[in-house]
Amino acid sequence: MANTYTLIASNTVGSGGASSIDFTSIPSTYTDLLLKCSFRITSGGFNYATLTFNGSSSGYTARYVEGNGSAASSGTATNAVVLYNSSTSTTSTFASTDLYIPNYAGSNYKSVSVDTVTENNATSSYADLFAVLWSNSAAINQLTLTAGLVQYSTAYLYGIKNS
Amino acid sequence: MAAGSTYTPIATQTLGSAAASVTFSSISGSYTDLVLILNASGSTGINVLMQFNGDTGTNYSSTTLGGSGTTAYSARFSNQTSIEINYEGYLDSGFNTNSIINIQNYSNSTTYKTTLDRFNNAGLGVDAVVGLWRNTAPITSVVLKTHTGTFATGSTFSLYGIAAA
Repeated sequence: MANTYTLIASNTVGSGGASSIDFTSIPSTYTDLLLKCSFRITSGGFNYATLTFNGSSSGYTARYVEGNGSAASSGTATNAVVLYNSSTSTTSTFASTDLYIPNYAGSNYKSVSVDTVTENNATSSYADLFAVLWSNSAAINQLTLTAGLVQYSTAYLYGIKNS
Repeated sequence: MAAGSTYTPIATQTLGSAAASVTFSSISGSYTDLVLILNASGSTGINVLMQFNGDTGTNYSSTTLGGSGTTAYSARFSNQTSIEINYEGYLDSGFNTNSIINIQNYSNSTTYKTTLDRFNNAGLGVDAVVGLWRNTAPITSVVLKTHTGTFATGSTFSLYGIAAA
């Protein structure tokens, strides 16, 4: 039976922390990519890690809907789309994210789905849904998430093949 | 999700010409859940509708949570002839749209069938939709169709089966 859901690479942040997680040389042999993240940073409040493809910082647009435990809102963004927990979050809690990229190796612009939530034993926490577009027709061969991540933050990149 | 045989491609369709609908038929009952991935283009402002087993009766309902980029919204549709898998995250030109549709426990013959989908258009909106088909029959076919207009050439639709064991 076909091996259609395959771990391409994983990254677990070590004791020194990391300023980013970078997946390079992503093969084009799959149809879609799925990234699963568990993130926390050393300081600050809730915010977003930035997503970049192929080292490019331009061409990103996004819309989101967000709930924080008391209200829902919607807005626009560029590539700051992956939530992380911070030093103000409950100890040992990490934010969770699923990021799905269909046809990542194709020649159309890349449309991305992001479901991202923080974890927090407090009144306020966040759940966001993002629609992201990278207006670039290049095949994605590198994916980078930038934030000051603490030890035990993780990211797993899977390839999904439709045949 | 473990790698390998629990997540299996069933069929993929890439449109060679514009079409108003895409159908997956003769779906095996040997999986537990279905996942349908859409990456499509079309005329601006198109809603995408989903039906099962050729049922065009008023046996569908859905609830949407979403955002337009300025406003968060929720909408409810009862006794519909299809599940509308988007709300303000319409299909438009430029392959800006994707959707991930989960169809849970599709092959049982006891319960009504529920769906959960995400629909994404970074230029128009983002939606999460829960759908219901009030029918206990196992799902053997799925049709996705446009409310008006067509899916563009090159639009892709991939159906996967997930087996619990």
